[in-house]
Amino acid sequence: MRRTIAALAAVTLLGLAGCATDEPAAGPSGSASAAGSGTGEQSKFFVQADYEAELALLDATATGPADRPWEQVLNPKMVDTAKFKKAGPYKLCFSNAALNNPWRQVGFKTMQAEVEAQGSRIKEFVHVDAEGKDQKQIADINDLLGKGCDALIVSPNTTATLTPAVAAACQSGLPVIVFDRGVDTPCPVTFINPIGGYGFGHVGAEFVSQRMKPGGKLLALRILPGVDVLETRWSAAKVAFDKAKVDVVGVEFTDGDPAKTKKIVNDYIQRHGTIDGVWMDAGAVAVAAVEAFQDAGKPVPPINGEDQLDFLKLWKDKGLTAIAPTYPTYQWRTPIIAALRVLDGQPVSNPWKLPQPTITQENLDSYLDLDMPPLHYAMCGCTDLPGYPQRWK
Amino acid sequence: MQTVQRSPLLPRLLRVRPGGLAPIIALLAVLLILVAVRQSDFFAPPSLMSFLGRSAPIILLAAGQYFVIVSGEFDLSVGALVTAQVVVAARLIDSEPARTWPVVVLLLGFGALVGLVNGVITTRLRVPSFITTLGMLLILLGAVYLWSDGAPKGGLSDEFRRFGRWAFEDVPVLGRVPYALIVLLAFAALAVLVARSDFGRTLIAVGDNPRTAELSGVRVWRHRSIAFVLSGVAAAVAAILIGGYSGVSFQAGAGLEFGAITAVVLGGVALGGGRGSVVGAMLGALTLELLFALMNFYGVSGALRSTVQGAIILLAVAVSAPRSSSR
Repeated sequence: MRRTIAALAAVTLLGLAGCATDEPAAGPSGSASAAGSGTGEQSKFFVQADYEAELALLDATATGPADRPWEQVLNPKMVDTAKFKKAGPYKLCFSNAALNNPWRQVGFKTMQAEVEAQGSRIKEFVHVDAEGKDQKQIADINDLLGKGCDALIVSPNTTATLTPAVAAACQSGLPVIVFDRGVDTPCPVTFINPIGGYGFGHVGAEFVSQRMKPGGKLLALRILPGVDVLETRWSAAKVAFDKAKVDVVGVEFTDGDPAKTKKIVNDYIQRHGTIDGVWMDAGAVAVAAVEAFQDAGKPVPPINGEDQLDFLKLWKDKGLTAIAPTYPTYQWRTPIIAALRVLDGQPVSNPWKLPQPTITQENLDSYLDLDMPPLHYAMCGCTDLPGYPQRWK
Repeated sequence: MQTVQRSPLLPRLLRVRPGGLAPIIALLAVLLILVAVRQSDFFAPPSLMSFLGRSAPIILLAAGQYFVIVSGEFDLSVGALVTAQVVVAARLIDSEPARTWPVVVLLLGFGALVGLVNGVITTRLRVPSFITTLGMLLILLGAVYLWSDGAPKGGLSDEFRRFGRWAFEDVPVLGRVPYALIVLLAFAALAVLVARSDFGRTLIAVGDNPRTAELSGVRVWRHRSIAFVLSGVAAAVAAILIGGYSGVSFQAGAGLEFGAITAVVLGGVALGGGRGSVVGAMLGALTLELLFALMNFYGVSGALRSTVQGAIILLAVAVSAPRSSSR
């Protein structure tokens, strides 16, 4: 009897769920077909001028040695560093936001190797991991100021919260070098990063929308909302999709979880019968998305990933129509090089914009190294460093 | 008060024995009809087989969770256990095919061990299972995070992944039968056998009234500990299938414990123990997955899934509440 009540209750619940579904179902799909695109409102993080500047940088020619992109600069604006000149060897200190994903792991190993390569000039390298916590990183930076560092390298966990701590470090007279994510103060000697999220998102979106059949259905997979570096990628892709009049049937968040990604893609294949293009804001789950098509017995549509080797290998093995914009891990070498130049009193560019290469069908083979582990990033620029390849395995 | 009014109103025909299967089968039928109306090609063999294949892990976890819940306890650690197992498997196998089978055996042993620890702490040290397994959840996640430096290392071999990913191709009528489905059927049969054995029946008695069971000579602690071991082994099998399905990630098992508990209560197993059947629990998991599939067909955001799970758990507890108050 109670079971019957339970059943009735559950059926009622279902009914409620059914009612609730009607509206959203009519909403997105209805507007999608009307506007020819389901990309929704533009992200709050979108800044038109930055977007245009980044897209212009994609075509800019870099200065510096062509075979060492981590030393190259796009549109250099040199600043004088004579006041920081001092005799070596130096003690370099690094406040790191986190080591909590394969990208940061590969990057940090590359940085350690660069320190080793510069061995004679660096007497000590101090690394503090903030474990993804703003408060810890603020304390870390504060601690490092009392440790007699000759230069401070910061990879901030979040932009706004870390700004005061970085500003305080600048005031102590240390040369401060910021890379990866930025801060809201001009006080660091230089800010090093690749072109950025707009460039990344644009390259992938343009490729996928050009290669898929006209009017085809595109699925956009994002890691999570509200993170500036990822929002810029999506907002640039949105502009490209709107321009190409692609039918974006879904924009879903995967949390970077392959199982969830595979289920989402599988759901969309079942719901729409076929998906003609996949765009992603980060490559970590690209392999899961491809597998979802394979396991469903469907051809893999044009897709973008990133420079993680598991994706590159799959791309090569299965002959995918793919592209891999990158956010190169070689940028972890640059802060060490920059710190040494600053301490030498040599001018450096601020901002130090690094080139952001794209892996395409044409150059795929040169980046695919089957001896490296699946989660390794091909764009590490680390093959000439001490300890390669063992250090990265 | 309401129950007093309600009971005479219910037709005799609808009365089912406690923990019976009628409600969950009715619910499943309703959902199947709704799916058929919305997306009839869902029942084409390829998509149906793939649905059953990817539902296998949660059905297995529900079966394991059934033994724990029917004995009057909870196991909140299964999701974290799945994550830990997948990350450990990737690091140990490190893409070496030859290490596949040893690691599979190791995972099963590890699952059983974690279950045993949960069981012994709960029964011998008298820590409420809610706390024991919550602690185990945190310990497993923390340990695996520490051990892997915060990012998964290594990789799963294709041989390991085939359990969750591959299928028997070209089967007559069905087309493509996932290995996961075969694994599921084998373990489901095993679970039914265990549930129908003396052990399984005694376990229900333990959950219904541990004191009476104790007084009639049942070693309550031993039965409950074995229930936790079964849940741990089920989590190990689920981990092998999930790792195979999607590869290594830190989110592999996230939220599975709530999925399993929801499925079990949906299948008519009373929270607090003493009532229910393992078939009901497994059908509950299937129903839950079908409900999610239906939500997908109607274009409902996946974010609503946890809300639906929560609503089901609350409803189930609310529905079984009159029983406790009448004691």
